[in-house]
Amino acid sequence: MSDEIKIKVSNLNFYYGKMQALKNINIDIMDKKITALIGPSGCGKSTLIRIFNRMCDLVIGAKAEGSVIFDGENILNSSIDIVKLRQKIGMVFQKPNPFPKTIFQNIAYGLEINGCKDKSFIKFKVEETLKKAALWEDVKDRLNDSALGLSGGQQQRLCIARALAVEAQVILFDEPCASLDPISTAKIEELILELQNNYAIIIVTHNMQQASRVSDYTAFMYLGDLIEFGSTNQIFTVPKNPKTEEYLSGKFG
Amino acid sequence: MKNKIIQQFFFSLITISALITALFLLIIIFFIFKNGFNAISWEFITSVPKNGMTAGGVSPAIIGSFCLVAAAILFSLPLGLACAVYLQEYSPKNYIVDIVKTGVSNLASVPSVVFGLFGLAVFVKFFGFGVSILSGGLTLAILVLPNIITTSQEALSAVPYSFREASLALGATQWQTIRKVVLPAALPGILTGIILSIGRAAGETAPIMFTAAVFYKKGRPDSIMSEVMALPYHIYALMTEGVNPEKQTVIAYGCALILLVLVAVLSSLAVFIRNKYRSSYER
Ligand SMILES: Nc1ncnc2c1ncn2[C@@H]1O[C@H](COP(=O)(O)OP(=O)(O)OP(=O)(O)O)[C@@H](O)[C@H]1O
Ligand SMILES: [Mg+2]
Repeated sequence: MSDEIKIKVSNLNFYYGKMQALKNINIDIMDKKITALIGPSGCGKSTLIRIFNRMCDLVIGAKAEGSVIFDGENILNSSIDIVKLRQKIGMVFQKPNPFPKTIFQNIAYGLEINGCKDKSFIKFKVEETLKKAALWEDVKDRLNDSALGLSGGQQQRLCIARALAVEAQVILFDEPCASLDPISTAKIEELILELQNNYAIIIVTHNMQQASRVSDYTAFMYLGDLIEFGSTNQIFTVPKNPKTEEYLSGKFG
Repeated sequence: MKNKIIQQFFFSLITISALITALFLLIIIFFIFKNGFNAISWEFITSVPKNGMTAGGVSPAIIGSFCLVAAAILFSLPLGLACAVYLQEYSPKNYIVDIVKTGVSNLASVPSVVFGLFGLAVFVKFFGFGVSILSGGLTLAILVLPNIITTSQEALSAVPYSFREASLALGATQWQTIRKVVLPAALPGILTGIILSIGRAAGETAPIMFTAAVFYKKGRPDSIMSEVMALPYHIYALMTEGVNPEKQTVIAYGCALILLVLVAVLSSLAVFIRNKYRSSYER
């Protein structure tokens, strides 16, 4: 068990235009651990994880201050190679969003845009990542069918496989089960637990049971502040901050 | 009770209006068929006009129309698509976008004869292309440009944002995302626009009147600088010139029938592609 810090966030402030969405956030994301982000709607969970892969850049007028150290570099620097960053830090969205292409092409896409032309390597990678995402048995006979024909849960696992194929080290999940049924949700959770052996994982969730089931660490956010961060065990049993306790006991949110 | 009667009344009114509209179409089709069907034969489609346009076929007009439409699409597609991508995908929120958008929608409402005059002044005279496929094709290209831009833009905006997000999150550049994800997903919609534009370009008379079309020309056009015959203009010519109106009228209806069938086939194709495309996004 390593206790290595994968992403170190220090004094992070984030603004959408004039609106400050994150206020002086300090948090360490551990490698090979699962960190859950919880908090009421609009508290800035999505904003925080979208900073990790710089998807926040897409919003006009967005501005980040402070430091987010990943691989020895501050990824907030404008000089950072965003393509490399986004390959190392993959993202899985709330709604499964496979491309309207075949299952095979969905996985191959990330390799191809990076200039990989080696057909046999791509084939190998597709199989490898589909196995890692526990999807291979479901789809091995229909790799050339449209990915849109898969069930919601299968689509979401395909999206996870897609992120794994480009050699991600960190995977960001933004409410990955929000649109899934309980069985698909269980499968995704199982997969996330499996993946933590090799990846640092951050998962945003509104489902407290889910957070307590899968995560090692939990961060509670409220109105752009990081209220409390600690081991999931501690947060759920003996929260230090009264706000955390109120939220966990369902008093607001 | 009273409300129910009122509702019944207006529903009937709406239904009747819809039927009348459909009826117009049926009547038009019926008349064109009735008057033109006798003219149609293999010879009519494949041979050249004879005896001062009172006999023979219309093949040069068919070939000419084909060349004009091909040229029009060739010119308007790259430009229109680029413009749509700029407006939909890249456009920063600035005044250039507003100017372009206003320009496009105004272009769409310019009467086609004005395009004809414009083509004459600019392509035929100023650039010295003469009365040619090139001049006519360019003029038609401008005519269908707003069509191509609008339909392409709609097709692009129908591509869910989540596809773009997925691509960017994998490290793709915006250009890679557009080229490999957005455009392929929008292709059926773009094709629909192209097909409808083909129909439009094939049917217009005014834009080619001064720029490309002639009453009579024997043989095939040998270059893009040749003047050509064209179906809609041939109809116009048959009905306004010549010495034997009776015989010419029959040929004109034959041409109209060919045009009508062509446009109908293209439109159905467009509808077919659009429907197929819609269902492919259903989840
Ligand atoms: N693109 C944007 N432009 C402006 N403000 C935004 C934008 N995205 C989010 N915000 C604002 O930033 C704040 C944090 O939003 P964020 O999406 O990070 O919340 P969240 O914790 O993920 O909420 P949810 O649980 O509903 O997903 C909210 O007040 C929101 O209105
Ligand atoms: Mg969110």
